[in-house]
Amino acid sequence: MGKQATRITVNGKSHARVVESRLTLADFLRHELGLTGTHLGCEHGVCGACTVLLDGRTARACLMFAVQANGSEVTTVEGLTPDDGLSVLQQAFMDNHGLQCGFCTPGMLITLTELLRDNPDPTEHDVRDALTGNLCRCTGYAGIVKAALDAAQRLRSGSGA
Amino acid sequence: MGAKHFGARVKRLEDPALLSGRGRFVDDLKLSGMLQACFVRSPHAHALIRGIDSGAAVTMPGVHAVLTADDLPEPMRRMPIPMLTPNPAIATPRTQTALARDEAYYVGQPIAVVIADSRYLAEDAAAAVVVDYDVLAAAGDCRAAIQDNGPRAHSDLVSNVIARFPLAYGDVDAAFANAAHVFEEVLWQHRGGGMALETRAVLATHDPVADVLTVWSGTQTPHLGRGTLADLLDRNLESIRMIAPDVGGGFGPKAIFYPEEAVIPAAALKLGRPVKWIEDRREHFLCATQERDQYWDMAIAVDDAGKILGVRGRMLHDSGAYVPWGIIMPYIAAVTVPGPYVVPAYRLETVVVLTNKVPTTPVRGAGRPQAVFAMERLVDRVARELSLDRAEVRRRNFIQPEQMPYAVGLLFRDGKPLVYDSGDYPKGQDEALRLARYEGFRERQRAALEQGRLIGIGIGNYVEGTGLGPFEGVTVRVLPSGKVAVATGATNQGQGTRTTLSQIVAEQAGRRTEDIVMTIGDTGAIAQGVGAFASRQAVNAGCSAQLAGEAVRKQIVALAARALGVNENDIDLDDGQATATTGNKPTIPFGELARLAQGIPGVSLPAGQAAGLEHTAYYTPPQAAYCSGTHVAEVEVDHMTGGVKVLNYTVAHDSGRVINPLIVDGQVQGGVAHGIGNALLEWMQYDDNAQPLTTTFADYLLPMATDVPTCVIAHVETVNPLNPLGVKGAGEGGTIPAPAAIIAAIEDALSPFNVHFAETPLTPERIVAALRAAGAYERLFAA
Amino acid sequence: MKPAPFDYHAPRQLTEAAELLATLPNAKILAGGQSLVPMMNFRYVIVDHLVDLGHIDDLRGIAVIDGRLRIGAMMRQRDLETSPEIARHCPLLAEALRHVGHRQTRNRGTIGGSLAHADPAAELPAVCAAYDAVLHLASIRGLRSVPFREFSLGFMTTALAPDEMIAAIELPIWRLGHGHGFHEFARRHGDFALAGAAALLDIGAGNVVRRAALSLFGVAEQPVRVDAAEAALTGKAPDSRVIHDAAAAAWLIEPISDIHAGGDYRRHLAQVLSARALVDAARRGGVEV
Repeated sequence: MGKQATRITVNGKSHARVVESRLTLADFLRHELGLTGTHLGCEHGVCGACTVLLDGRTARACLMFAVQANGSEVTTVEGLTPDDGLSVLQQAFMDNHGLQCGFCTPGMLITLTELLRDNPDPTEHDVRDALTGNLCRCTGYAGIVKAALDAAQRLRSGSGA
Repeated sequence: MGAKHFGARVKRLEDPALLSGRGRFVDDLKLSGMLQACFVRSPHAHALIRGIDSGAAVTMPGVHAVLTADDLPEPMRRMPIPMLTPNPAIATPRTQTALARDEAYYVGQPIAVVIADSRYLAEDAAAAVVVDYDVLAAAGDCRAAIQDNGPRAHSDLVSNVIARFPLAYGDVDAAFANAAHVFEEVLWQHRGGGMALETRAVLATHDPVADVLTVWSGTQTPHLGRGTLADLLDRNLESIRMIAPDVGGGFGPKAIFYPEEAVIPAAALKLGRPVKWIEDRREHFLCATQERDQYWDMAIAVDDAGKILGVRGRMLHDSGAYVPWGIIMPYIAAVTVPGPYVVPAYRLETVVVLTNKVPTTPVRGAGRPQAVFAMERLVDRVARELSLDRAEVRRRNFIQPEQMPYAVGLLFRDGKPLVYDSGDYPKGQDEALRLARYEGFRERQRAALEQGRLIGIGIGNYVEGTGLGPFEGVTVRVLPSGKVAVATGATNQGQGTRTTLSQIVAEQAGRRTEDIVMTIGDTGAIAQGVGAFASRQAVNAGCSAQLAGEAVRKQIVALAARALGVNENDIDLDDGQATATTGNKPTIPFGELARLAQGIPGVSLPAGQAAGLEHTAYYTPPQAAYCSGTHVAEVEVDHMTGGVKVLNYTVAHDSGRVINPLIVDGQVQGGVAHGIGNALLEWMQYDDNAQPLTTTFADYLLPMATDVPTCVIAHVETVNPLNPLGVKGAGEGGTIPAPAAIIAAIEDALSPFNVHFAETPLTPERIVAALRAAGAYERLFAA
Repeated sequence: MKPAPFDYHAPRQLTEAAELLATLPNAKILAGGQSLVPMMNFRYVIVDHLVDLGHIDDLRGIAVIDGRLRIGAMMRQRDLETSPEIARHCPLLAEALRHVGHRQTRNRGTIGGSLAHADPAAELPAVCAAYDAVLHLASIRGLRSVPFREFSLGFMTTALAPDEMIAAIELPIWRLGHGHGFHEFARRHGDFALAGAAALLDIGAGNVVRRAALSLFGVAEQPVRVDAAEAALTGKAPDSRVIHDAAAAAWLIEPISDIHAGGDYRRHLAQVLSARALVDAARRGGVEV
């Protein structure tokens, strides 16, 4: 009663588990798989700290159950990180003071990954619009917006880091 | 020797781990055998607790225990959490016990705790705990609570008033009696919560062999927390270690000690297993402290030129159900009113009252936003009534830089006379106005009006006492590896503590920041500490880092000179090497010097050489360090919907010498975002029975990326003469005058309708109501 | 905030889903989850069984059939937002979708879920009201069609039986060249609207309004078609006076009042936003107001 088998590919690696149906995808990632980069800020779908990519699209992991992701591919912030060093987007955050406490940051990175994939040349307005589903209490967003535009420019010019 | 690190926009050492999802917040920590907790909380704002029946809960799957007050050890069972900021003005210094026993005083107060295998199972069982309540009338509104004939917030107290204090200097009555003009303002101010993205969290484990209790807590003040826990458990300080790991934002509410920080360690002790409690967001809305309602009734007396002769008034402050941080916040508000202006006479009567809501304690700004709002609204009123420019009225009243140090005439909350150490207020305002293109604004406003757009501009000035004591220690030690180890009681919730302190130590000790190994927020690493609040760490820990770094530098040089056989003047330190500048420039690495400093077993040290290559400094500031600034806000108002957009925002900011401009700018920008929230969005609402109405992020509105423009920030540095670094605090200045500037700008935008506002947050609905009352829509909808 | 325990079901066929909903006790449909799961996390909603409709092909798809746009109930809002058919045939829906929540919620949220949830401030029910949409409902008893006016019954209340699901939504397509307008007022980007207006105008020869639809959301307990406004517009040339008078009819609605906004403010907004939506609809329909 209440338990189910599920198989989810996370950051390219397949995981088969039997879990409670009510286990959220966020808790599955954090506690079942030990991928603690995805954070819980509200558990009601507003703050965006739990944002992951599900089959390539952003989704709030606190509003999904792990069993719903059966057969799907999930990307977390750990999956955005190269083995060595930081991605272009991550480096842009560091260069532009795009984070302070770091709690909202994984969600921001995931959301911006989707934005820059769909819109490689966003305006500042586009970036701010895309970020409304992610709350930050520390930075006042300026550094995040700068980082996003900086990363977009670097990715377009292929100049990497 | 030029500054390589100090003053540089050094990228943060904290970032790589946080960016790659390798942060270590409390919920990321996992201990073998760890259990999870869920609290049973009062659903009533005020009730007697007749009985707690956990019979069903305790048998549910995965449940290990259900603890009530009677299950807690002494003295915690009955002892109210010690209040660290006593004041004789407080008639009844009430603080919470760890778990409520006989009476609950606010919705969310913890009554019992369930310990289970998972949070899911703990919540299932918590729902099955039956508490028998006798619901009592609740004190819901602080204005009603000061009356004698309403509900008591605490059933055993005759009055809800817990403190009254007057603050005054100069002859206020004469000033008002002789004034050419007197203007009055009634203001309502509401600030909400800190609302960090990470909720509170506690993980506790007891090692029975060493008898050490280790507690990880998302706290701003681990040393203070350890001390309080030691009192509540009657244990030696050395037997408790409290660690603040990565903490996802603090902003004030995480500076105080909470009941959960006592109960979870007690549970770990009792059960002999690690216990973790992660607060959920609903609990945070109910139980994390906040600032809340203040009602101000003010008057200003001026001459015909708009020069201030006196300010007087009354302020009512809602303290909530307890006073865990005393009356610090209303006190700070009361002494902040005069601000950067010469106010020859001043009197404020403050009343602090209990209600059956969660307690209020400092949130970013700590009472200053309210004081600044009151003063700035008064000054704007003077300008309007006397048909003077708002910047000009301020200019005429500024304390001049030649008048520094300037004694205001009051005692600050640091226990010292309120004396501004340094500052150039006219220069700050001029700079902000210049960058905001204030001069040309009226033209821009006219042009916009022709296009049917209403834009406005507003100014907010403030002075802020930062860098409060008593101290914050830093130990600097050279390791045998050659790296430099630093330990401090300072903590980090996003302000980049590790980076700024590394910059200071690197500057002194001749190492790169990457070769500094720092332990922050750990009571096991340094004996005494205080923590983060009141924008104090750059001053306190920064100066300690400077002093300790300097001392170690001297030791390194002395040792190296002896080892290399040269004069101390001929030693250069760079990148972990001490090198002679004479002869064939022999060199010796720091690691070797560290080993030399250990001496040889059985052999005396050479005369003049101290043991080890380390120094601990506890810098103690003589008084607060006074920051200041000017904010200029430009807004657009849709007068049909009441919608407000902040178009541009300019800050001229004096926080003394700046250690890392990247970080200070980030603090200002983040502070302004919070200020925009206070001005337009954030409101913790309760009903008349003190039931919270805004308990989700859908109801309580935080600013989004589309609500906060990128600020133009200028640093106007006036060096603090009172500390070795010349620094002042920077964490709160962005928030403090923002509501004043924004509400002034809204009023300015709507000047065709002649409406006036003296409240925050100012909602679109209130704007429309004011416009309707002013007849704006009759004229627009006229047949 | 963890939900209470439940059993999870992921049927692959519509008939299987209908069977489950009819036979399982205390069962609820899981569509996008963006409204339901928060309530489950708060334990405001406690279910014993969740029936996930996300794997049923019959509930997806967009097709134009006989002058109507047929949309499968489980279509994700994001896919509707980027659909060329919707942009071409029902531009009002396309525009409204951009205001629904945030990208992350639109990636998962569905049109069927939004209609079934029936939040008074939601955009999609109001758009369906404006179009006089027809909803196709499915249960073990078979299929039935319900016009939107009969589907929406009150505050978060619809004509859905407890074991019934929305299978598809049909929107009658307005004449190519019609005008649409959409305005809402929310405290922040993507928030639920305090009030909003969705307008359709078919403007014919002589710049005369042949047909008008004005639907308000956020103002009352359910979306409201402002019949009086539509009557005031039909047969007239839409100038600012005509639009102003039509919008004034919005004041007559019985408004809701809560901590976010009082009733009078909502009615005021309804007037203002109706006028703005009608101006846009007129302009898009060929008449500059």
